[in-house]
Amino acid sequence: MRSVVDERTPASGRRTAPPPRRPGTAGRVRHRGVGERPNLLGGLGALAWLAVVVLPLYALVIATFQRGENYVPEGPLAPPSDPTLGNYATAVDKGLLGFIGNTALVTVGVVALVVVLAATTSFAVVRSRTRLTDTAFRMFLLGLAIPAQAVIIPVYVIIVRLELYDTLAAIVLPTAAFALPVCVLILVGSMRDISEELYEAMALDGAGPVRTFWRLVVPMSRSGLGTVAVYSALQAWNGFLFPLILTQSSDRRVITMGLYEFQGEYRVDVPGLLTAVVLSTVPLFLVYLVARRSLADGLMGVGGK
Amino acid sequence: MSAPARSRAAPRTGRPGPLWALPGALFFGVFAVLPMLLVAYLSFTHWNGLGTPAFAGLDNWTRLAGDPLMHRAAGLSLLLTVSSWAIQTPISLLLGVWSAGRQRGRAFLSAVFFLPLLLSSAAVAIVWRALLDPNFGPLAWAGPALGLGSLDPLGSGGSAFWVIVAVAAWQFIPLHMLLYQGGARQIPATLYQAARIDGAGRLGMFWHITLPQLRNTITTSSVLMVVGSLTYFDTVLIMTDGGPGTDTTIVPYLMFRAGFRSWELGYAGAIAFTLVVVATLIALVMVRLTGFGSMRSTREGL
Repeated sequence: MRSVVDERTPASGRRTAPPPRRPGTAGRVRHRGVGERPNLLGGLGALAWLAVVVLPLYALVIATFQRGENYVPEGPLAPPSDPTLGNYATAVDKGLLGFIGNTALVTVGVVALVVVLAATTSFAVVRSRTRLTDTAFRMFLLGLAIPAQAVIIPVYVIIVRLELYDTLAAIVLPTAAFALPVCVLILVGSMRDISEELYEAMALDGAGPVRTFWRLVVPMSRSGLGTVAVYSALQAWNGFLFPLILTQSSDRRVITMGLYEFQGEYRVDVPGLLTAVVLSTVPLFLVYLVARRSLADGLMGVGGK
Repeated sequence: MSAPARSRAAPRTGRPGPLWALPGALFFGVFAVLPMLLVAYLSFTHWNGLGTPAFAGLDNWTRLAGDPLMHRAAGLSLLLTVSSWAIQTPISLLLGVWSAGRQRGRAFLSAVFFLPLLLSSAAVAIVWRALLDPNFGPLAWAGPALGLGSLDPLGSGGSAFWVIVAVAAWQFIPLHMLLYQGGARQIPATLYQAARIDGAGRLGMFWHITLPQLRNTITTSSVLMVVGSLTYFDTVLIMTDGGPGTDTTIVPYLMFRAGFRSWELGYAGAIAFTLVVVATLIALVMVRLTGFGSMRSTREGL
């Protein structure tokens, strides 16, 4: 939520200074000057936290290759004596890929809606000098504090009234709406960094708002738009509450619901359940491998949701 | 800013009209602001989701005030919020500041520390519940192996709550670490150089430079933690379903139960409205107290 305000500066700094890492490492934090002894305690603490993070993740991944009947006797940390891919086959059989497909559809819908609405809204907030846009911006700032959990009942009522209950659109609409405030804030930050001279040049060329938007604002806020896309995609991919309340049938099931459902069925088959979890995370993991930076920026926008 | 004066001189052609903000504002209004108002309205009605809500006056509110379950839930939510803050803040602050430095292997460790953030709350809760399953999970192996007999931390009231606190910490410390890492990177190196010339040690520099400079980040992170803890829901539903008994029935879970299990939408509305008001008030107070709202720079005069 508010983190965005705070992180705007580093993000824009990165944008204006083309070589991304160097300025940070060269001029900024030098907790450790030349000849200073290394921070032994800090290193130890980091290693301790490494164990806290890695051990469960290792147990999670290794279990997916374990046969159900061997899981308890062999313990969670030993490599399986008789490794198998059977868990993955079972998870696919149970329709996990279908859930992933639904989630992908929801994610694409949310990202498209959020990027378009946040971009146009932010453009108006930054450039249009009217009372109305100020009010709209203030509404978004206030909206940062509205927790989705608290308004889920009316959202349910509205979705039922719109006759959208148990459709993928029922997940897309509120998810996008609740991602909007953070995204507007991110983009207002990016767009404020565009210099007045560039706007004036566009205006002198006789460009109207539409051309200014496409030719100047969109290209200049590309990194902000990227962050917004990643943030809203994460919200959509990992969303739980809206799908839980707003859908029910199995062919509308998104991945988080699928996992929740599996948990009931797989009570005795822990490796099977954990395999479903791992499979559900593979797409995000692939994104992480190629776009670590923007994923980190996107996450800084994530409230405790 | 000299913008207003300039804007009058500049041609107006490039400026968007307020219509540009309308779709976004309308959309947000329908799905977030309108529900806020509806929640307030519902809290004064009796409604089971069918037909029309019947006006109930203050029924739900008097019931809320006298409901022992709600008192318990409020206490548990408070405990969850305070203990989450007390556990997560020091760990994520220290790790974040450390990982902003230039040690060898730092980039690799940061990359690994990030991994829990890729998992959804649902996935995190499912993984931990599976790993803590007394019969079919690792504990069934570890208990006898360590000579502890059968272990069931989620099955006993005393420990289930603290398991939730620990899982929340595991899940959210990486995020706050990221915030602190970003904050620490912004601290100008000149401050440390000056302090070193003055003969300050590492602890002194941390106390007198790093901490004060991180003031805004601390506020941001704390507000996120508090609002996040107050609305913590997915994990509780998946790991304990509010139990054993009502030992992990925190306020958002109680609201969910009243709303979507007993279909008392009016009463659930009263709980929800309380939640919104409390979360907003706390956020506002924290922002005011720390002067974050004015976006005052911590580096004025540099």
